[in-house]
Amino acid sequence: MANYDYDLLVLGAGPGGYVAAIRASQLGMKAAVIEKDKPGGVCLNIGCIPSKALIHQAELMRCGKELEEIGVKVDASGLDYGKVLAFSRKAADTLSRGVGYLLKKNKIDLIGGQGVITSAHEIEVKGHGKVTGKNLLVATGSRPRSIPGFDFDEKTVLSSTAALMLEKLPKRVCVLGGGAIGVEFAHIMSAFGVEVHLVEMLDHLLPLEDEEAVEVLLRSFKKRGIKIYTSTKATGYKKSGKVVKISLEGKEGKQDLEVDQILLVVGRVPNTDGIGLESLGIKLEKGFVPVGDYYQTSVAGVYAIGDVVNSPMLAHVASKEGEITVEHLAGHQTPVKLDPNAIPGAVYCEPQLASFGYTEKAAKEAGLKFEKAVFPYRGAGKSVAIGKTEGLLKLLVEAETREILGAHVVGAEATELIHEILLAKTAELLPEDIAVMTHAHPTLSEGVMEMARMAEGWAIHV
Amino acid sequence: MAEQVLMLALSPTMEEGTIVTWHKKEGDSIAQSDILCEVETDKATMEYESVNEGTLLKILVSDGGQAKVGDPIAVVGEPGEDISGLDKAAERKAEPATVTAQPAAPEPTVAPKSAAPQPATPQVSAEQLKASPLARKMATERGIDMRVLQGSGPAGRIVKRDIEKALRQVASRGPAEAIGIQGPAGPAFIPTAAGPAAKDERVPLSGKRKIIAQRLAESKFSAPHYYLRIDVDAGAMMAARQRLNALLLKDPVGKVSPNAFLIKFVAETLKKYPVVNSSWQGDAILRFGKIDIALAVAQEDGLITPVVRDCGSKGIVQIDRDLKLLIDKARNNKLTPEEYNGATFTISSLGTSGILEFTAIINPPGSAILAVGRIHNAPVAGEDGTISVRSQMILTLSCDHRVIDGAVGAAFLSDLKAFIEYPIDLLY
Repeated sequence: MANYDYDLLVLGAGPGGYVAAIRASQLGMKAAVIEKDKPGGVCLNIGCIPSKALIHQAELMRCGKELEEIGVKVDASGLDYGKVLAFSRKAADTLSRGVGYLLKKNKIDLIGGQGVITSAHEIEVKGHGKVTGKNLLVATGSRPRSIPGFDFDEKTVLSSTAALMLEKLPKRVCVLGGGAIGVEFAHIMSAFGVEVHLVEMLDHLLPLEDEEAVEVLLRSFKKRGIKIYTSTKATGYKKSGKVVKISLEGKEGKQDLEVDQILLVVGRVPNTDGIGLESLGIKLEKGFVPVGDYYQTSVAGVYAIGDVVNSPMLAHVASKEGEITVEHLAGHQTPVKLDPNAIPGAVYCEPQLASFGYTEKAAKEAGLKFEKAVFPYRGAGKSVAIGKTEGLLKLLVEAETREILGAHVVGAEATELIHEILLAKTAELLPEDIAVMTHAHPTLSEGVMEMARMAEGWAIHV
Repeated sequence: MAEQVLMLALSPTMEEGTIVTWHKKEGDSIAQSDILCEVETDKATMEYESVNEGTLLKILVSDGGQAKVGDPIAVVGEPGEDISGLDKAAERKAEPATVTAQPAAPEPTVAPKSAAPQPATPQVSAEQLKASPLARKMATERGIDMRVLQGSGPAGRIVKRDIEKALRQVASRGPAEAIGIQGPAGPAFIPTAAGPAAKDERVPLSGKRKIIAQRLAESKFSAPHYYLRIDVDAGAMMAARQRLNALLLKDPVGKVSPNAFLIKFVAETLKKYPVVNSSWQGDAILRFGKIDIALAVAQEDGLITPVVRDCGSKGIVQIDRDLKLLIDKARNNKLTPEEYNGATFTISSLGTSGILEFTAIINPPGSAILAVGRIHNAPVAGEDGTISVRSQMILTLSCDHRVIDGAVGAAFLSDLKAFIEYPIDLLY
């Protein structure tokens, strides 16, 4: 048997790669991670984490309004967005260093430099040389997608990366893309007083989410003065002086919009070029690496996970996929891949939106026989006490087996509440199991219980 | 690193397997999905696909040997590797499957070790099993005995996919529930043995035979059976059939079988007696929402019970067409578990074998089975005292007394008789 430097060689230290390496180390494998940038990837450095820091700050701003309702005078005039940015960078740096520490603690070598795969067992790292591994794991992630006519110059047309690094906010912004990233930025910027225009090509915001849940979000956004344009395309822009004139084309015809900057968040492209995949004979499909069970590529011993494979581009999906691959390599029994109906999605605006599994529309299209229960937030006393009555909890249940098909929560703390329902789903509990569990009073989680009771036909507080 | 190849559960109910033939020999290199060997499971002979890669270093259980699920049957690794510690078969017999009685043994018969009947089923109650609530619900609804499943969830828990797998298993595994008749009789003419008397022979149990034995015993020993017999005049039914077949003369599918008529009459009678269309659940009686009637079909090495679904809402011709497809599949071992599991009532007919009447063992999860004898001409005394020769048929209903009391069983059978004798009553 050939001798390799490592049992597992991971390309990319994002949430897919570093988690896989640590899991491998836990299971007795010798692992190394190759990373050209900082450990933690997009998620920690220019994605999930810094954006959540900004969202937290945005929420503090919005709390000012609540304080005014009880007579407190809030003077927001001293707002220094540079300090907001500094706060978010600190969070990102702390966590990135944390990943470095975790890798070290687990005796994983972090090899700095750009890696290119040269064979099924070898990666050439710029400025470091060749490294060999018994198994390779491609976890190179993704980058922002641009559209024709809107190249990122990061001054007028910003990517999410640049938007997270802004030291000064524009007065007016047009957010192109009504997916999770666009909605979150619209929320942040609006909370800091920016005039926000949110443009989505499809007929509703968050097109992958349940329409009934999105409707709640939409109402809240409109109330806050965020301008929403659905079924609308941006065809181009012109800059004259400091003003950016963007041309929109919607159902009602064409219109021009004057803003200061454009934030283009229409999705992400997998980083699958220039890393040597073609030298292995791996043929990409729409830029993604095709994989089979346990995320193995067409080349034995080479695996790919996270944003480079065609599964939801989410940090927690990448981490879980990495765990599946590594546990499989270690001979553990594991599912061959993630169950797509048990992947939580979370949108961190206010109100928050979190979900998994079938939307009502998808369930209908799949011809499933299902029942739905929709419990309003205001039915849980806690929501009234804290002034967060806007929201709903929605459960879809298979009519005969009572299997949980999907859940959609929109409202305060939705991204935390979803997990009780998801645990029930993955453990194959039935709504009746949630319905009979005692939930502490008063909590928002009581809403989860009532939703389940509603599915069973005996909700108390409606 | 060398690894042991373990006997896998190749069917949901498999507890042990017999190696029929090895397709690979020691020293052969093995890729994933190569066929390593053929294994006779409880219900069928299956190909064992390798999940390992490397070289077959040692075969631990040779052709004809048996291994429990999870026991090592071979070692795979790199050539020349040290496999000490891995090369031991499990501590149990791995002798060839066929053992003839020792010729030296003086006693021609073996006294039973104990007169008391041995427990026939695994002594685990359904409540003690590790299974998800969803899996339990599905198993109850589809009539699957979870005690014979291998859980694939966390820590061996039985989860939805295990139930789905059980439902998908092809029918070549035979019936999930055995019922009260045997397969076809052996050859009618047995040549007289020439020369010295043949030796006693111990025939090892096939997996299918074990399951049939286990399930039959479970039904008979746990459900208190009682039997009701009734003579039925089959003349009107046969006349109706003749007329229907004349109508269908040009139909390529062919004649409608008497069984289709019987299934329809039973379904209509069950509508009047939902108690008979029920199941004993230990802590409750499950009253089935649909009428799914199985017909016992003999196979070469056992029997199977294909189920005609929702007979209550089907006509005789539809039932017959469904039945023909199912029987065809049954004879070719092509039934899927959805097609033979979960009957709410079963019919067994030995009429074509010339049997006049018999009693059958209830096919769980149902609570009753109808044994149908041969339609034959017999002298019948009419109410006016005259004797005439009529087309007669003897029906015997076996009931689970935990669910169906005698009076209900009797009323059911008597109403069934009325439908068969006066089919026009179905319209009222």
